[in-house]
Amino acid sequence: MAAIAPLSAALLTVVGGAILFSSLGHNSVDAFRAFFVTPVSDLYGIGELSLKMAPILLCALGLAIGFRGNVWNIGAEGQLIVGAICGGGFALALGKIDGLWVIPAILLTGAIGGMAWASIAAVLRTRFNVNEILVTLMLTYIAGLLLSYLVYGPWRSPTGFNWPVSSDLAASARLPRLIPGTRLNLGIVMSIVFTGCAWLFLARSHLSYRMEVVGLAPRAARYAGFDEHKLVWTSLLIGGAAAGLAGAIEVSGTIGKLREVVSPGYGFAAIIVAYIGRLHPVGIFFASILMALFYVGGEQIKVTLGVPSAITGIFQGMLLFSLLMSDVLINYRLRWYHNRPIATKGNTHAVS
Amino acid sequence: MELAMPARLELFGICKAYPAVVANDDISLSIDAGSIHAILGENGAGKSTLMKIIYGVVASDSGTISWNGEVVKITTPAEARELGIGMVFQHFSLFPALTVLDNLVLSLGANKSRQLIAETALEFANQYGLKIELDRQVYSLSVGEQQRVEILRCLMQNPKLLIMDEPTSVLTIESIRELFVLLRSLAADGCSIVYVSHKLHEVCELCDTATVLRRGRVVASVDPRTETSASLAKHMIGDLVVSVRTASPSTSWDERFGVHNLHRSAAGDFSITLININLNIRGGEILGIAGVAGNGQAELLEALSGEWIAPKSDIITIDSIPVGLAGPASRRTLGLAYIPEERLGHGAVPLMTLAKNALLTGEKSKFINNGLIRFGVVEKFTWSCIEKFGVKSGTPTTEAQSLSGGNLQKFIVGRELLHEPNVIIAAQPTWGLDVGAAIAIRSALLEKRGSGVAILLISEDLDELFEICDSITVISAGRLSPIRPVNETSTEEIGYWMAGHLPQSGEIEPRPTHHDV
Amino acid sequence: MLSVDLLTAILVATLGAGTPLALAAIGELVSERAGVLNLGVEGMMLVGAAVGFVATAESESMVIGILAGMGAGIGLSLIFAFLTLTCLANQVATGLALTIFGTGTSALIGAGYTGTVLVVRDSFSIPVLSDIPVLGALLFSLEPMTYLSLVIIGGVWFFLFRSRSGLVLRGVGDAPAAAHATGMSVILIRYMAVMFGGAMAGLAGAFLSVIYTPVWVENMTAGRGWIAVALVVFASWQPLRVLAGAYLFGGVTILQFHIQGASLGIPSQFLSMLPYLATIVVLVIMSSDAMRVKLNTPASLAKPFRAEG
Repeated sequence: MAAIAPLSAALLTVVGGAILFSSLGHNSVDAFRAFFVTPVSDLYGIGELSLKMAPILLCALGLAIGFRGNVWNIGAEGQLIVGAICGGGFALALGKIDGLWVIPAILLTGAIGGMAWASIAAVLRTRFNVNEILVTLMLTYIAGLLLSYLVYGPWRSPTGFNWPVSSDLAASARLPRLIPGTRLNLGIVMSIVFTGCAWLFLARSHLSYRMEVVGLAPRAARYAGFDEHKLVWTSLLIGGAAAGLAGAIEVSGTIGKLREVVSPGYGFAAIIVAYIGRLHPVGIFFASILMALFYVGGEQIKVTLGVPSAITGIFQGMLLFSLLMSDVLINYRLRWYHNRPIATKGNTHAVS
Repeated sequence: MELAMPARLELFGICKAYPAVVANDDISLSIDAGSIHAILGENGAGKSTLMKIIYGVVASDSGTISWNGEVVKITTPAEARELGIGMVFQHFSLFPALTVLDNLVLSLGANKSRQLIAETALEFANQYGLKIELDRQVYSLSVGEQQRVEILRCLMQNPKLLIMDEPTSVLTIESIRELFVLLRSLAADGCSIVYVSHKLHEVCELCDTATVLRRGRVVASVDPRTETSASLAKHMIGDLVVSVRTASPSTSWDERFGVHNLHRSAAGDFSITLININLNIRGGEILGIAGVAGNGQAELLEALSGEWIAPKSDIITIDSIPVGLAGPASRRTLGLAYIPEERLGHGAVPLMTLAKNALLTGEKSKFINNGLIRFGVVEKFTWSCIEKFGVKSGTPTTEAQSLSGGNLQKFIVGRELLHEPNVIIAAQPTWGLDVGAAIAIRSALLEKRGSGVAILLISEDLDELFEICDSITVISAGRLSPIRPVNETSTEEIGYWMAGHLPQSGEIEPRPTHHDV
Repeated sequence: MLSVDLLTAILVATLGAGTPLALAAIGELVSERAGVLNLGVEGMMLVGAAVGFVATAESESMVIGILAGMGAGIGLSLIFAFLTLTCLANQVATGLALTIFGTGTSALIGAGYTGTVLVVRDSFSIPVLSDIPVLGALLFSLEPMTYLSLVIIGGVWFFLFRSRSGLVLRGVGDAPAAAHATGMSVILIRYMAVMFGGAMAGLAGAFLSVIYTPVWVENMTAGRGWIAVALVVFASWQPLRVLAGAYLFGGVTILQFHIQGASLGIPSQFLSMLPYLATIVVLVIMSSDAMRVKLNTPASLAKPFRAEG
């Protein structure tokens, strides 16, 4: 039942995409093959898909936990960037120091960086009542500029021909590759493990239950004695940690150095993935595969058809629109029934 | 006379069904010009739906309406007003952030100037003795003043029929008296009045005709001036015996719940300051707090439940343990159970299943092991709650919002009582429920009283308070009246206090001798 | 020391930089006053900028370009309105989707035009008067769009607080159920308000790409749409305060350029952070009084409404 709306949304998006491609003057079938099939028709392609899937999945799981509790952290992109800065910076500082602890320490530093960045929004929301949507978003712009400063300034590689990049990370600081002939690294394994943890957390833990109550009915949460501030903090810290981890994985695994752009909007895509996945880990897992496909497909048709890769963004938006619309079509009767006024006492405005 | 004049409004065979309930079933009635016609019935009898159909807010499934002898179709409120039908809603349909004048301008058509509207408003206000300040924002007015704005707004459209939906539920006794004077003079001017209520004595006093609804059907059409409250009640609720009182007073228990010198400053313009609240309840005692809504009940409940934390620990005690600084969860571990007034959104999470709602107040119980929820245990608890308290059409996987008000309330009460509390705080526990559910809930409370639980009952319903409480007090403007054993006071005295005439502390207050309502 | 000329230049530039913010924010203000929170401002601005630029480049007419940008903003806002008002979708999620969609769409529309230089046949300036020192420059060398934004904001103020239709709109945002009961068409009024928001965001975007910069760069609004949303909170939903806020932020932006020009050794990225930091600071100051926020916020903001019956 829960999967009908996301599936029909995906279908609607495909139809919308076909219209879009043909309006751009391409044969829709060819374009679709280039977008959805060619990129994953070999092992390398599947490796690339999984590579893009890992950070999206991590960010989306973190966000979904917050969204369930009505904590609108939409700055996973910024937390990812700060995670990349912290993890990458730590790795650069370690240089060639080797040891089994090096990679876990880098990833941990990244996660802590993401948490720290998200905690700014947590402080402002709990202490000063500031809307976290705008704050996390502004912090994303700031994080991007911070990264830009670092790679243009103090961390710029002396051997990088003046490009805004850092030195390459030492081999000891790089995530090990899983399959020869692909760029696939340990990140995907970690994100899948994280999916399992998130599933357990959301399905069974009392903490997650409390967060959900706060999101669905804040007064009921107060009645039950749940500490709203603590739960807002938890949401933002989990979201920040997941995004920060994703950032560290990108730097330590995929990219291997810091550069001006470490993410093509994974943090924003994760918002959509969280929704398409119905804020449920299993749904998010599949939605992140679809989203990763949009990314590799976008790159592919840029190469083969010369269509700008911005088309990925259009697909993302269309997907979420279609989901919101499918929801309405499916739940129309149900929702209509629930919206009926129920005998509750008192008019909140009128009571003075 | 009857031969010449068609009735102002006649309804024939009005039906309206919702997915869960038939709200109106073949309703026919007739209202004459200048008559004050009561629509009487319990909450949920279908009164409000019927009024919304007349006013064009809701469309009926079948049936016809005739106005001054002509069949009409009323599909929007604007059409109703066009005909000359005005309605004062139970929950006012004013714009709180706008001024009184803005509110009048918005509802009086585009072709009148502000100036003209302001002048007309003051004229009407003078004519009917309504005190109105046109420049005040509506949210800053008292409930009674807001109702005056609503009435004025209707009067300015020169209605031929004025619908008053439960107009007195939020008013003080004095305001009610003023309202009755106003309604009588309107009727004398030829305006028909439809007076929707479930308060029998008001109907007997004010109205000249009464149509009684029960479960969506007309069960009687009577002249209330020749009826008594008891005979009307029989029409309203059928042949159920209402009294549930079984246990005799027990005094063998110690104080279980105490409030000592509680002060709480108002948090803003809309809240009430609590001043020097003192009370204590023994085990086996039910203390009732009467009062008109908005006199500090909400603030007091927050302080008692722990949703608001007191400045000092010994301000509130449970079984002599100071808990003023503890939150709701800690107070609950000490045996406090709280049944809030609002079921959906406060006492229960509307979109969660009953099992998850059972978990809401079970944090410290066996429901949780190492931070993980034991869903098996929760489900068993939910089933036993559903069965013991007769929650109809409920299972652990039912969403809370899909239950009827009465069944949800039974579930919430059951959930709280199954945790074996020492102290129960119940706010309006039977508000809006059918008689059966109300009796079930009162009986459950009385049973707990019998086993030595201390119970605080906050209610606006004097009948309920006098029926099950051992002693009674009144909250007015954030203060409590003296506490009286229930057999040493009267509805007159309590009503007098509710109207704001609390005796000064220390003073031996004169008993009011005659205050009929 | 600052010379008079420099000061004048800074002031003129401030008003210019504040104009797109003022336009986008006043549109969002009207939408929020009607009870609709549209977080898609950034997306609508971007599409407005891309469409405006392309239309100007193709038609060689600024007027056509700017009208096209407005039209694009309205088009996007209609998607939002349909989903949130007709389908009752969550306004926050839909707004985010609109921004993501708009970002992608604008990049696609503008793809062939990066680096294009606009050739324009029609342009505006007011001769003679603008030669008067300081005041002349300040008053008459401004872009006509800046004047237009003043007229629009004044007009919105008049509309909201002096006209009956504005009263209706505020009523809808305050108590939609009551508005419905008095016979107002809540959904229709909200559609209009959202479309006005879209038109203003599109106008703001087109101003940026056609007049202010004037080039097309992907993501060129750089968060201005979000800052506009924050400005509405800053302004406590009052039109005239939107203007003050917009010029304050315009000033911060311009100041940052001048500090950079003065080469004080502060890395440019830190200066570029200023508007975003300022937004956070402003939000903290405006939000910390929870009671006041509650009083000012339109009561039905972001809550879906469906007529009963």
